[in-house]
Parts: sequence; C-alpha cells; structure tokens
Amino acid sequence: MDKDFVLWPEQASTLASRVDNIYLFLVAVSVFFTALIFFLIYLFAVKYRRKSEDDVPKEISGLLQLELVWSIIPLILVLIVFVWGATIYFDSYTPPADAMEIYVVGKQWMWHIQHPTGEREINELHVPTGQAVKLTMTSEDVIHSFYVPAFRTKKDVVPGRYSTMWFKAIKPGEYHLFCAEYCGTKHSEMIGKVVVMTPADYQNWLAGGPASEPMEVTGEKKFQQLACHTCHTDKPNARGPSLVGVFGESVLLKGGRSVIADEDYIRESILNPKAKITAGYQPVMPTFKGQISEVGLLQITAYLKSLAKEGNQ
Amino acid sequence: MSTSVFKPGERQLSDPGSGPTENYLNAGFSAKSWLLTVDHKRIAILYLISLTFFFLIGGLFALLIRLELLTPAGDLMQSETYNKMFTMHGIIMVFFFLIPAVPAVFGNFLIPLMIGAKDLAFPRLNLLSWYLYIGGGLLAILAIAFGGVDTGWTFYTPYSSTYSNSNVILAALGAFIAGFSSILTGLNFIVTIHKMRAPGMTWFRLPLMVWGHYATSIIQILGTPVVAITIVLVALERLFSIGIFNPKLGGDPILFQHLFWFYSHPAVYIMILPSMGVMSEVITCFSRKKIFGYDFIAFSSLAIAVLGFLVWGHHMYTSGQSIYTSMVFSILTFLVAIPSAIKVFNWTATLYKGSVSYSAPMLYAIGFLGLFTIGGLTGVFLATLAVDVHVHDTYFVVAHFHYIMVGGAIMGYMAALHFWWPKMTGRLYPEGWARFSALVIFVGFHLTFFPQFIVGYMGMPRRYHVYPEEFQILNVFSTAGATILGIGYLIPLVYFLWSLKYGPRSSANPWNAKGLEWEQAGSPPETFNFRDTPVVMEGAYEYEPKIWLK
Amino acid sequence: MANHHHALQHHFEDLEQQFESASLGMWAFLITEILFFGGLFAGYLVYRSLYPEAFAVGSYKLDVLLGGVNTVVLICSSLTMALAVYWAHKGERTKIVVFLFLTIVLGAAFLGIKAVEYTHKFHAGLAPGNAFSYDGPFADQVRIFYSFYFSMTGMHALHMVIGIGLLTYLIIRARQGAYTAEYSTPVEMIGLYWHFVDIVWIYLFPLLYLIGRS
Repeated sequence: MDKDFVLWPEQASTLASRVDNIYLFLVAVSVFFTALIFFLIYLFAVKYRRKSEDDVPKEISGLLQLELVWSIIPLILVLIVFVWGATIYFDSYTPPADAMEIYVVGKQWMWHIQHPTGEREINELHVPTGQAVKLTMTSEDVIHSFYVPAFRTKKDVVPGRYSTMWFKAIKPGEYHLFCAEYCGTKHSEMIGKVVVMTPADYQNWLAGGPASEPMEVTGEKKFQQLACHTCHTDKPNARGPSLVGVFGESVLLKGGRSVIADEDYIRESILNPKAKITAGYQPVMPTFKGQISEVGLLQITAYLKSLAKEGNQ
Repeated sequence: MSTSVFKPGERQLSDPGSGPTENYLNAGFSAKSWLLTVDHKRIAILYLISLTFFFLIGGLFALLIRLELLTPAGDLMQSETYNKMFTMHGIIMVFFFLIPAVPAVFGNFLIPLMIGAKDLAFPRLNLLSWYLYIGGGLLAILAIAFGGVDTGWTFYTPYSSTYSNSNVILAALGAFIAGFSSILTGLNFIVTIHKMRAPGMTWFRLPLMVWGHYATSIIQILGTPVVAITIVLVALERLFSIGIFNPKLGGDPILFQHLFWFYSHPAVYIMILPSMGVMSEVITCFSRKKIFGYDFIAFSSLAIAVLGFLVWGHHMYTSGQSIYTSMVFSILTFLVAIPSAIKVFNWTATLYKGSVSYSAPMLYAIGFLGLFTIGGLTGVFLATLAVDVHVHDTYFVVAHFHYIMVGGAIMGYMAALHFWWPKMTGRLYPEGWARFSALVIFVGFHLTFFPQFIVGYMGMPRRYHVYPEEFQILNVFSTAGATILGIGYLIPLVYFLWSLKYGPRSSANPWNAKGLEWEQAGSPPETFNFRDTPVVMEGAYEYEPKIWLK
Repeated sequence: MANHHHALQHHFEDLEQQFESASLGMWAFLITEILFFGGLFAGYLVYRSLYPEAFAVGSYKLDVLLGGVNTVVLICSSLTMALAVYWAHKGERTKIVVFLFLTIVLGAAFLGIKAVEYTHKFHAGLAPGNAFSYDGPFADQVRIFYSFYFSMTGMHALHMVIGIGLLTYLIIRARQGAYTAEYSTPVEMIGLYWHFVDIVWIYLFPLLYLIGRS
C-alpha cells in the first residue's frame, strides 16, 4: 500500500469525481468567505484602531439593505449546493437495474462477504471495473458501517434489516475498507480491502479460487434442509403459498393490505412468520429464529430471487 | 425603596470597586456561606470552580487520545482503554463542561445584573441545579473509577443497550441528572428574563447576551427531557431487556438515534448561542460602538433555536433513513447557516468605523470569529448530502465540531472570562499574558484541528485506535497542536489564580463598557447587586452620548 | 411601596411579581414534562404503526374495567384538587386540608388499582423485559407493547407518587396556616402539576387500553 505522504484520496469509482467536484466548489466558497471575513476584520481592526482613550465613534445602528444582501446571497448559494448535493446523493443511493449483487454480513469485528456465484471472502471484496455492484448488507450484532473512501460512499449496516449501497469501480487497485460506525473494542480493526480488478482479471479470480457453489444452490439446499418445501409448494392445497415468482412482486396480505416481497419481507417472514400473513393462508408457520444465520437467510433470499426469475420467464 | 435614574453617558463618580465596601465575596467566608448560598453570583463561582475541574479531566483524556494517535499502531494503550478515553472525553466535555459552561457561569452571574434584578427568579432552584450538576458529575467520575464506559458519548444502541460490558448505566445516569440541572437552569432564566426586568428594560433594550441565553433556555427546556427519557430507556434495556432498541426482539436501534439527536443536535446550539451572546457584548465594548443590526442578531438567535429542532436527521444520512427524509433534513440544515452568517456579518460590520482596542477579551472574540467562521462553513459541507456520505463519521466531522465547540463555544467562554473577570473578582489580570495566551490558543487550535479536515476527507474514520500509516503525518501535526493548545489553556489558569491575590484592584468599570452590570454595580457587586433598583432609559450599547442629554 | 408580606421573597418587588414568576415557571416545567412523556409517546406511536396487529393483541389483554375505574378516580381527584385551590384562594384552612386529603386518598386509590393490575399482568406472564413469558402470536412485539405499557404507566405512577408527596407537604403547611387569601401560590402550582399528571393519564388510557378494540 502506498505509504507516501498524500493529501487526497484516490478516485476509484464513478461517484468519486462527482463528490470531489462539489467538495472543491464548497472549498472555494469557504475560502472566499473566510478570506473576506478575515480581511474585513483585519482592515477594520487596523484602520479603526483606538487612537485615544476618549475616542467616541459615531453610532451606526444597522442597514436593512446590507442585512438582506448577506442573507440572500448565502441563501442562494446554499440552495444551489443543496440541489447539487441532493442529486448526487439520490444517484449514489439508487442502484441501477443491471447491478451485480453481492451480500455482506458485518459482525464484531469482521466483514463476511459472499458473491452470488458462491465465493466467500473475509474482510476482502473483489469487484470488476465498469460493472455496477450492489451490496445487500446486514449485521449480526451491533450497527456497523461499510465505508470505502476511494469510492466516496458508505452505508450503515444495521442489525435486523437490510441496507443496500452500490458503486461502479473505475480504477483497478487495492483500496481501504473501513467500518465507520463505532462498534466496540476492535472497531478500528474491522477493516479490510476492496480489490478492484479488470473484468478479465476478475473472471480469472473467480475461476481460480476453490470450487464453490452458487448462493442460490446453497440457499435451495437450506430450503430443503429446513423442510420449507413441504409447505411452500405449487400444489393446490399446499399449507403455504408458492414462492415461485414472488420476489419483487406485491403480496396481498390477510386484512387487505399488501406488501412488496423484498429482502426485508422475506427475512421477517422466516424469523417472525406471523407478522404478515398472506391472504388465504393460516398462520401455521413456526419461527426459524435461532435455526438460521444471517448468511443462511441471505442464501435463501438468493434462492427465492432465482425462483422469481424462473417465474417471470 | 427608592430608585435612581440611570443617566446614559454619565460615568459613575463613586467607585464601589476600591475600598473596603461590602460585596458578595466578602459577605461571608464559611464553607456553609458558599455551599448553601442562594446568591446567583456565588453559585456562578461554584460552577466556575467545578467546570474548571471537569475541563481539566476532559482535557487530560484528550491529551492521552492525541498521544496514542501519534503513531498508527496502538502502542500506548489497549483498544479497550482507548475507547474508554474518547468516550469519557466526550461525556465529560459535552455534558459536564460545554453544555453548562457559559450559561451556568456567566448567564448565572450576569443575567440578573444585566436586566437590573436582585437575583434569578428561583434562587433555591438555582442552588439545586448546581447540586444536580455535581451529583451527575460524581456519578460520571464513579463510572470512570469503576472502569469507564466504552460506548462513545452518543450511546448508540444496540451497542450501548445490549453489547457493551462497561458502566453504561452509571454514566448515563450521570448525564440524566446533569440534564435536569440544565433544564432547571433554563427554566430559571426564562422566568427571570420574562418577569424580573427592571423598569424601562424592554425586550429590545436587553443586551444581546440575554437574548442568546433566552434562546438557549428554550432549547434546554424543550430538548433535554427527550434525551432524558431516551437515556432511561437505554438503562431499562440494559437492566431488563425491554426490547425497544433491541433488533433481536423486534426493536429498532435507529429510533434511538432519532430521539438522541432530537436533543443532541440542539444541544450544540446550547453550547454556541451563549457564546454568541458574549461576542455581542465584547465586540461592542472594544469597538466602543452600538451593535450593527441588533434586531437581526436577536432574532437570529431565536431562529437558530427553532430551526435547531428540525435538523436532527442530518446525523443520519447514511443510517438508511429514506432518501427523501434526508433531503428534507438537508435543506433545513442549510437554512440554519443563514442566521449564523447574519451574526458573523453583523459583528464584523460593528467594527466598521469603530474605536477598536486589542484588549485580551477582544482578541479572544476575534479568535472566535475566525474559528467559528471556519466551523460554520464546514458545517455547510456536512449539510450537503453527497459530501456528508463520504465524510460522515470521519475526522472531518471531528474537526468540524471541534471548530464549533472549542473554537466557538470555548473561545466565547474565554472571552467572557477575561471580560467579566474584573467584575466577578474585583481584580485585574496581567494583560500581556492574557493576549499571549489568546494567541497560543488560536495557533494551537488550528494546528490541532485543521489537519483533521484533510485526514478526514482522505477517509480516516473517527474513534479509530489504530489507523493506516498514510494518515500519520497529519496526526503528528494534530498532536503537536494539541500540546500547544493545552499550554494555551494552562497559562490563563495560572494568571487568573495569581490575580486573585496579587492582581491590581479593578474599578467598577475598567473597560468603560455600557450595561447595568458595569455602570450600576460595583466590582465585585454587592450581594443584592444594586443599591437601588435601576431605571433604564436607553437601549443596549449606546456608546455615543445622545445630544439631547448632553 | 411593596407590601412586606411574610411570604414575599427578598428579590421580588411584590407578591404579584412573585406569583407570576412561579406561575410561568410551573408552566415552563410542565412543557418540559410534556416533552419528557413525548419521547415515550413518539416511540409508542412508531412501534404501533410498525406492529399494529401485535399492539392490538397486547392492548386487548389489558383490563379496561380497572383502567376505566382509574380514569374516573383521577378525574374525581382533579375535581377535589380544584376545590382545594378554590378554598385556598379564600384562605379557608380546614377546607383546604379536607380537599387536599381527599385528593391524596383518590391518588392512593389510583395507585392501589394500578398495583392490582400490575400483579395480574405479572401472573399472566406479561411482565416487562426478561420476566416476559407470554407465548401467543406476535410474542416479541407484544413484549414491546408491554415494555411501553410498563414504562409509560410506571413513569406516570412515579409522577403520582411525587404528587402525593407534594400534597402531603401542602397539608402540613396548610395546617400551619401558611395559605391565606393573599398568598396561596404553592397550592395553585402543585394543583397545576396534579392536573397535568391527570391529563397524561387521559391520553394514556385510550392509547394503551382502547386502541385495539375498534
């Protein structure tokens, strides 16, 4: 890793230069106003320094026009910055549809990462350049935060729910991965690296590791092991609804509400099945809390996502 | 009871400061006369002493943190110890120094004097506030003695409520009790300012220091109870696992952040608004001029207090709250920048065509202007959604809030201390040393915290015990600066103590300042402040004598 | 110029200023109290919107009859308190003491009924936190409902206990003849506090007991 004295983080994602641009604009504005204030204070302090103890300067109570000027100009400036910053923020937290999905589980004090193709990594994340990558993340214990300074993005990883972030890397290299939310004793050692590779190198890396089974396959096995398939079948009198083609769709619930079947809904339905009952079914499913890990949940989710694709075809 | 008419522009002929007159300091010397006093001035002195004690403890932790960060490796202490260091630094400095600092010492001492009252509306409640503060402080000290706390001063759940193995409950209880001290002080100020003003002291004749404290008090009584109940819930979660913040039981740890920041962001304004009040007093006195834009400064304090309650979500841009929620909080946060900018511009304009003297309080005030401008402008960076996502929880944030809290709030505190020290003690301090220490603090401060903006933008997360090597050089600067800053704070401690015994006696109005506390009360003031209830005939800061009165 | 009433404190000009200050102070304190309970109410509302079914189940298990009786008891205590303040204005020592005493009796009755309810809940396993042993549908979320139930009613009961302590102090002082037609500020201020605590219950009762019974 580069140990030279540097004052600027690398720009390794499509987001980085956009964030740097608005940052530099803000630096310019700040330097201007700081210089202005410092200059005025200096000027007034020198020019109007007290010459004798009996100085009594003329009174000036204020000037409405001046008040308006220094209220409205900053107001216009901050509105510009707001719109600019909000646009980038919106883009940075809205993943494109073609993003490759990678799953992350944080726990005290390590990052567990699994690629859809099955490769698992600890405290390392390999990604190709030019490909949008969406991370679906959760935590097994406390709140962590997934932070890659070279990508200018971070997102808190919260227990009990999924959070997502995305980036598109543009420059091969190794970059810091930090946990940014204080998470206990070894918070500062919950670090790792993101390895950005050219697509060809990435394919080699995928091929080079030990043979691994895709997440959805592992997920399917878990689905069988936990006997989920005995109820969730396509048969007409099944005790549970069929899960083919469900992911990402709207599910009608008992009582008339409906809900989008996303990662959080699947997680809740496995751990707390009685919270939201699909219309037309009885609340007979037991909870699987304690029988399945966060990683296992993500694998089953990946499996259900693959079922959704089949269902749509 | 008779009243004397307060004639503007007239210097007081008699000098109550010199000579063996009776004043609040020599009204009694026993420990009981101090510990059971209901005199707002004596209570202010009690706060001054206890705050100094907590400031030194908090500063000691800061020094140890900076020493550890001199090298990238964790060689001075264990991670566990380091985490307790920054937690205790935060808890002590925020709850036991910054929040009470200016209101408890200078608000307490000066509000009755400035508005022409004999005391605060509820003197016994005022004493109770001090005891609550001390009680809370002792619990925090106990928490340190029993091994410390390692949650960060923000007590984020579920780490604080379920996972941490440290003395969370003791420290939280300490903050809870100190919170009540803060509420009762705010309540006392509000009632005093509403009901105890001297004849003729209308709202728009009030010194801006009083306006600043009024805005602060509103935040104290509205915000503090929310964090109090939140702290209770964290304690209940630890004791009984009630599940409210525990995701394993269906609870929502993010709810804690909402409740916590609903208070703790306005709390920042509790720290800075009183110091802003100090600025208006000092700058007018040492440019011998009426404040520029009185109404705008007064109302911008209220605007900051109100808007301050609507911006808590800007601490949570990366927490997973909805994108649109973040946008609303972002724009509201930008709006807070406007009243802050108005104040800075008005103070600067006050210097224009003034008679500017470079006495020590003024140097601290100018230091405040410089540091607060940078702190405020970097706040605009953090309000900007895209930039905050990158620098959130990095040293950029650490640098920003130290510019506001240390560069702003503590500079204001130091300015106030130098400005009103002759009034409070009747003694003068060595001016040369005071100017020197102002300079040392200013330089040391920049050297400590400016590099942290850079290292923060490079991505160094806060609360890191060990860190990558490329961040070291900037951290060395920071530690070097902290040493200078530490010395800068120790010099005043020495000369203030020295002045108590050896300092020349001060006249009633050594700065030729305007205001009832200077023109109508002695240095130090007598127990009931004024011999006769003052009658106020003019607005604040009328330095230029009116022609019709000549 | 000032009438030097024995109750006038040295730093006030007159009794009127002293009364207005006390009054404003008490109102400011009550605003603080609203925010204090407000944190709990906000949390309760967040979770109720997250888990409406579970909160309905939890609410259904509360005893509406006892809760309702308690509501009536508290409203009556507000009435007796108001009468105590009324007689304090007139300076009628005996009547002040009688109505303050009645208020205490009603307050104590409220706490007694509350204690009975708590006992029932503990026997049913609906205790807060780790003692929670209910095992029906939505167990975890019902647990959170009961965490709120006990936190909110517990905090309310604590305010009642403090109120009873204050009323006891008032009775002692009233018997000594401290409150006269000119000066009855403490009775009035503590009266405001007592009404506030009652009003909190007026919100708690429907929110906790009735909300699941539509």
